[in-house]
Amino acid sequence: MKIPGLFWGQFRRDGALALRQPGELANPLAFFVLVITLFPLGVSPESAVLAPLAAGVLWIAALLSTLLGLEGLFRRDRDEGTLEQLVLHGDPLVFAVLARLLVHWLGTGLPLTLLAPVLGAMLALPEEARWPVTAGLALGTPILVLLGGVGAALTVSLRSGGVLLALLVLPLFIPVLILGVSVAELAVAGLPTAPVLAWLGAGAALALVTAPFAIAGALSIAVETG
Amino acid sequence: MKVPAPLVRLWHRLGSPRWFFETTAPWLPWLLGLGVVLLGAGAFWGLALAPADYLQGNSFRIIYVHVPAAILAQSCYMLMGTCGVVLLVWRMKLADMVLEAAAPIGASFTALALITGAVWGKPTWGTWWAWDARVTSMLILLFLYLGIIGLRQALARPEAAGRACAILAIVGLVNIPIIKYSVDWWLTLHQPSTFKLTEKPAMPPSMWIPLLLSVLGFYALFVWSVLQSTRVVVLERERRTAWVQNFVTEQGSKP
Repeated sequence: MKIPGLFWGQFRRDGALALRQPGELANPLAFFVLVITLFPLGVSPESAVLAPLAAGVLWIAALLSTLLGLEGLFRRDRDEGTLEQLVLHGDPLVFAVLARLLVHWLGTGLPLTLLAPVLGAMLALPEEARWPVTAGLALGTPILVLLGGVGAALTVSLRSGGVLLALLVLPLFIPVLILGVSVAELAVAGLPTAPVLAWLGAGAALALVTAPFAIAGALSIAVETG
Repeated sequence: MKVPAPLVRLWHRLGSPRWFFETTAPWLPWLLGLGVVLLGAGAFWGLALAPADYLQGNSFRIIYVHVPAAILAQSCYMLMGTCGVVLLVWRMKLADMVLEAAAPIGASFTALALITGAVWGKPTWGTWWAWDARVTSMLILLFLYLGIIGLRQALARPEAAGRACAILAIVGLVNIPIIKYSVDWWLTLHQPSTFKLTEKPAMPPSMWIPLLLSVLGFYALFVWSVLQSTRVVVLERERRTAWVQNFVTEQGSKP
């Protein structure tokens, strides 16, 4: 199958925009680091206290920083009318959505995953859990972006959809959180982590083939009904 | 596969809110009566006649509210997910109306199940709240309901709101088994089962028959309240049509 031009066009445009305004992508990451810094200050800097919490803290911070980046995902396109043009485009809207989400993940989920081993060390994450947790984040953050995209598309026409977006999206994030944290616990207990990672991978594959359609549907509803 | 003609006819008729409104009117007193009788019988039997549990004593009797509420909470979500599919595929107005009417009802059943569960948990588990798999997944279900209600209230145009809620209901429907299994799994892996309901003894009939009666009673009352609030939504949405205006004037002119 040939990938339509809409995908590549959107990918190049979003990539260029992201590279020219790196601040916008850096903010959720800074938020991620900041939330993680709060935990040793708020709970305890003792590594004995932090170690069992570390994986959970990493994941919750990842959830929250993903949520933070979602609100603007389609908002500007809708306000300036680009979204309307994308709906009218001959190629299916799904491809534009996929390109947008891919760029978004490359700009937020991927750096966040790459930071995780370092921040894990700062949180006294047990060494044997370091790479499994990172692998979990690599597989889990795409699910977060895809599911979050559904929420962002549903609330795109709202002036201030932030709180509602959190209410819609966070319950859907819960399975990812549970699986992601259980990877760490298995690793610490010396058990194989591959089965849970496989579940996360399956979730990512399922989200990848279904969520873009839900997002495209929600966006065209927003365009059709003004 | 050929669909039988009466079903096709029913399907087409369901496209008309007016047909729905007029057809369901005579059902309401029957459903209400059936629900009250079944629930009354179940409650009386369960609270007064059924024997006390050998471990939990009388505290188990809250089962006659708790279990039906929990079952209905999930059935209602299934109904909403189905309505979501029907709305998006066939654009049936009625599906959207049911979707709107059912959400608060489902949310209240979920809340009722959680509250009665907490009340039950205090004497049996020794705590109001435990992060048990079932409790947690019901809590998430409540959040899903609240999300759908919130989305509908936030979107001003009814058509946009209906279709957006339908998408959300379907996404939630897919997610419910995933949530359920992930939560089950999380628990079995990590949480030592300090608190556990006493292993269900094969209940004697004197205990489960009243439970069955109250579940059926809850169902009848659920259908009654969904119909009732769907009818209100029908009147609201179709208020510009002649038949609704006639209906309202007729109601108004009654003594």
